[in-house]
Amino acid sequence: MILKTRPHLTQNEPLLFESSSPGKKGYQLPPLDVPAVDPKTVLGAEHVRDEIEGFPEVSEVETIRHFTRLSTWNYAIDLGLYPLGSCTMKYNPRVNELVARTEALAWAHPYQPESLSQGAMEIMAELERCLAEITGMDAVTLQPAAGAHGEMTGIMLIRSLLEKRGDARKKILIPDSAHGTNPATAHMCGYAVQNIPSNARGLVDVELLEKAMDETVAGLMITNPNTLGVFEENIVEITKIVHAKGGLVYMDGANMNALVGIARPGDFGVDVMHLNLHKTFSTPHGGGGPGSGAVAVKKHLEPFLPYPRMKREGDQWAFNYDLPESIGKVRAFYGNFGVLVRALAYIMAHGGDGLRRATMDAVLNANYIRKMLEPYYDLPYKAPSMHECVFSDDRQAKKGVRTGDIAKRLIDYGFHPYTVSFPLIVHGALMIEPTETEGKREIDLFVEALISIAEEVDEDPQLVLGAPYLTRTSRVDEVTAARKPIVRWRPQAAVGKAAD
Amino acid sequence: MRYLPKSESERREMLEVCGAGSLEDLFSHLPADTKLNRALDIPNGKSEYEIVDYFREQADRNATGYPSFLGAGVYYHYRPVLVDTVVSRGEFLTSYTPYQAEIAQGTLTTIFEFQTMVCQLTGMEVANASMYDGSSAVPEAAMMAVRITGRDRILTSRTVHPEYREVLRTYAQHQGMPITEFGYDSESGALDLADLEAKLSGTLHNKVAAVIVQSPNFFGIVEDIKAAAALAHKHGALLVMVFTEAVSLGLLEPPRDADIVAGELQSFAITPSYGGPFAGIIATKEKFIRQIPGRLVGETKDSRGNRAFCLTLSTREQHIRREKATSNICTNQALIALMATVFMSVYGKEGLRELAEQNLAKAHYLADGIEKRFAGPFFNEFVVKCNGTGPDVVNEKLLAKKIIGGLPLGKFYPELKDCMLLCATEMNKRRHMDEVKSAF
Amino acid sequence: MYPENFRYTKEHEWVSVEGGVGTIGITHHAQGELGDIVYVDLPRAGTVVAQGKTLGSVESVKAVSDVYSPVSGEILEVNELLTNSPEKLNEDPHGAAWLVKLHLSAPDELLHLLSSADYQIYVGEKA
Repeated sequence: MILKTRPHLTQNEPLLFESSSPGKKGYQLPPLDVPAVDPKTVLGAEHVRDEIEGFPEVSEVETIRHFTRLSTWNYAIDLGLYPLGSCTMKYNPRVNELVARTEALAWAHPYQPESLSQGAMEIMAELERCLAEITGMDAVTLQPAAGAHGEMTGIMLIRSLLEKRGDARKKILIPDSAHGTNPATAHMCGYAVQNIPSNARGLVDVELLEKAMDETVAGLMITNPNTLGVFEENIVEITKIVHAKGGLVYMDGANMNALVGIARPGDFGVDVMHLNLHKTFSTPHGGGGPGSGAVAVKKHLEPFLPYPRMKREGDQWAFNYDLPESIGKVRAFYGNFGVLVRALAYIMAHGGDGLRRATMDAVLNANYIRKMLEPYYDLPYKAPSMHECVFSDDRQAKKGVRTGDIAKRLIDYGFHPYTVSFPLIVHGALMIEPTETEGKREIDLFVEALISIAEEVDEDPQLVLGAPYLTRTSRVDEVTAARKPIVRWRPQAAVGKAAD
Repeated sequence: MRYLPKSESERREMLEVCGAGSLEDLFSHLPADTKLNRALDIPNGKSEYEIVDYFREQADRNATGYPSFLGAGVYYHYRPVLVDTVVSRGEFLTSYTPYQAEIAQGTLTTIFEFQTMVCQLTGMEVANASMYDGSSAVPEAAMMAVRITGRDRILTSRTVHPEYREVLRTYAQHQGMPITEFGYDSESGALDLADLEAKLSGTLHNKVAAVIVQSPNFFGIVEDIKAAAALAHKHGALLVMVFTEAVSLGLLEPPRDADIVAGELQSFAITPSYGGPFAGIIATKEKFIRQIPGRLVGETKDSRGNRAFCLTLSTREQHIRREKATSNICTNQALIALMATVFMSVYGKEGLRELAEQNLAKAHYLADGIEKRFAGPFFNEFVVKCNGTGPDVVNEKLLAKKIIGGLPLGKFYPELKDCMLLCATEMNKRRHMDEVKSAF
Repeated sequence: MYPENFRYTKEHEWVSVEGGVGTIGITHHAQGELGDIVYVDLPRAGTVVAQGKTLGSVESVKAVSDVYSPVSGEILEVNELLTNSPEKLNEDPHGAAWLVKLHLSAPDELLHLLSSADYQIYVGEKA
């Protein structure tokens, strides 16, 4: 039975271009306090454009209604559990939004004098300190804009150190359970990728790793806990194997929400890692971004970090660009500062003890869900779960229902689906990460929904295959979208012409 | 802890289900040598009030209320109130990448509108859902050109934002994508087309995948994109046009002759925020759609026949193609792109033009009477000579009046160590501009 | 379902030869595993390919599958039909939706490919 939702009306809304009408305005500029200039005279007629064809012409009222109506077509954390495995969709505290908009922070120009930027620099320094403490590493760069960007930074750091030692080496080892960004990153940094198969328990196969690890291997990219939500119990041995052959260990910190305050990568042999501030440290995902992919390193990699680095000069912060071994800049300026402010606000709200409590609650929620659903769904790997648990659709597939179908049916029950079909080592994966910011009531509703769907699969698989029914948009035809891509709006007349 | 919505009795109940005696038991399987056996050295949790107070205190140590004439890739423009109203809605703020199209039509529709508006502005045929920022969009565009042309050299103008070029160098260093720079004309401050032609036909003959230029360039000068494109195309290279000041597109001829446009939309209602988060874009011709990095939203129908949108052509991306992907990008800047979308909706066709014209007028008023270094046509930035005194002295004079002056150029261009880059937008008042003029 | 005169690979390609020219495609089984095919990426005519090396790729909405050449040779012709109608690969994989025609450079390679019967046993469609 569907307990969490009941349908209500949603408003239809055309695209902005379709509600435009010539001359309609939603803005007013102040009068110019200087003489106007003729663009064609000062720029040259050839540099001045005609009007922007098709650009919106709408009023303020229409604009606010447009976006408000569209917003109601979205699911969001603010509406409920968002159990996307690997994505750590936790509550986004609103005070973080407020402080990020503090005028002198939000309107700080990256090139304003350092003497007038001390507050912003202090915030970055304090965040670096906290992240180093949380990870057990020695230095942190806040420059990377997202997780994959942090991965790229980290692998470049490894490459620079190895080059300095005389040989950049050829390849990176990556477990087959890794996120797709890992191999894509290694490739961008000029390395070949060698996959390391997981063992029967879903962990890195230490023997295979030992065999694969030689002097041509630059390093290992490992996710811990891995994408099954399982802690790599041999991690100390793994890092020793890699180090013994002169390689370095990169840790994908996507799953750091399972470790904060409990275990530190720096203590178990990791040389470099990234953190997703938009996952572990609660900054909003905003429909796909922005994020921040801070990178933490051990002492031996510090000289290669992107420039500039902050240093103390008397009682002032200053930027140091004189870093001859640095890999260079990975983006302009200093990073996604606005995201950094939010992450620090989150850390301050919890404090050291609170962060640990949050980790424990996240792991409790995942284990509770696992226990409650085990009788109904196949659990292919039985090792203890940390912050997420991964089922397979093995039982339901026998009735012709796959993980993607169960996900769509879950939408009717009022929940965002889990991560579908990942990690790839589980056939038909249901990857569930509840995070710590869900209470027992919401989790019980979710568990009941998945149990109810399992029963539906037994009794009436067709019902599940046709879901969702209660959304304003029913199952979307992704095949047509991919076969004949339409990625921008065009006026009807133009569309007709193209079709002729 | 106020973000943890459980009572102690609920915790106990859940622990019982898990067969655990305590929360610590859930971690008992972790080897002892991996565990932290002390508390984190981070002060105890703070109240909302204390947090607000801390950031206010830090903000007070930053510049507040200074009129500023800095541009150089980050611009001060007015942010319509609607922008924050829209992006503060939890449905946009706290949702994830729209993989489940049925419950993400809000985000998908706004991205489709964003892609469309970026195309309209740039004269391109397709645009992606956003990149991290303008600087990282440049190497992504270069990598795209390498895939398309099968060549590996990149030729970039020295008038592309210096930090963008630094980022390009970082990305390129391990990809076998050597970068060569070509110069600017020391009179006009615009591209040195003769140097470009010489480099294209010299040792790099038939090797260049992309020629990268910026307009308005780092000096604020409007470039002749048509001529640059013609030269690039003559030698079988693609032309990548970069922009940092999106407002200029309200007035300037769009770069229709370019093959790829890589730009930064910070000017569209995105606060300077000490350098980020911003929103980069990549736009290109339809025929290159399969080489574009990042997410794309496409139009389709749902099973009832209603218009619907979904992420499309995902096989280009890392989660499917892994090491063969067009890029490793995953997270982008969706919420920031939404700010730009709302901005473009509010200003619209006439507003963006009027805004651009105001910027043009303000900058030309500011420039009038100061000795400009370059003669080329400029939009809202220009390089000035600080004869005798040097830029630092001028800036100090202005700071004494609580005005932040321009960017000294010596750090990026040693030959321009006596010059600074000044910017004026619709936010700069005439009386402050008069103060700046009198400082020279 | 699987023509007797075709030869098959364990990677699910087929080849049929007539007068030194091989026609290459993917099998009915392969299209079924991929689901709705949305894009086919093929080499240009004139390209020389080696047996077992990547010939191109076939994409569904959420998967990419490389196509390996069952035989070595020079590509003579690419099936233009698939550019605009990739769905034909789901409808008629052994007929109208062939991928490329090539000039066989080592016809002996055919001897190492699977017969129709063996392929069907391999994919478990026949005991």
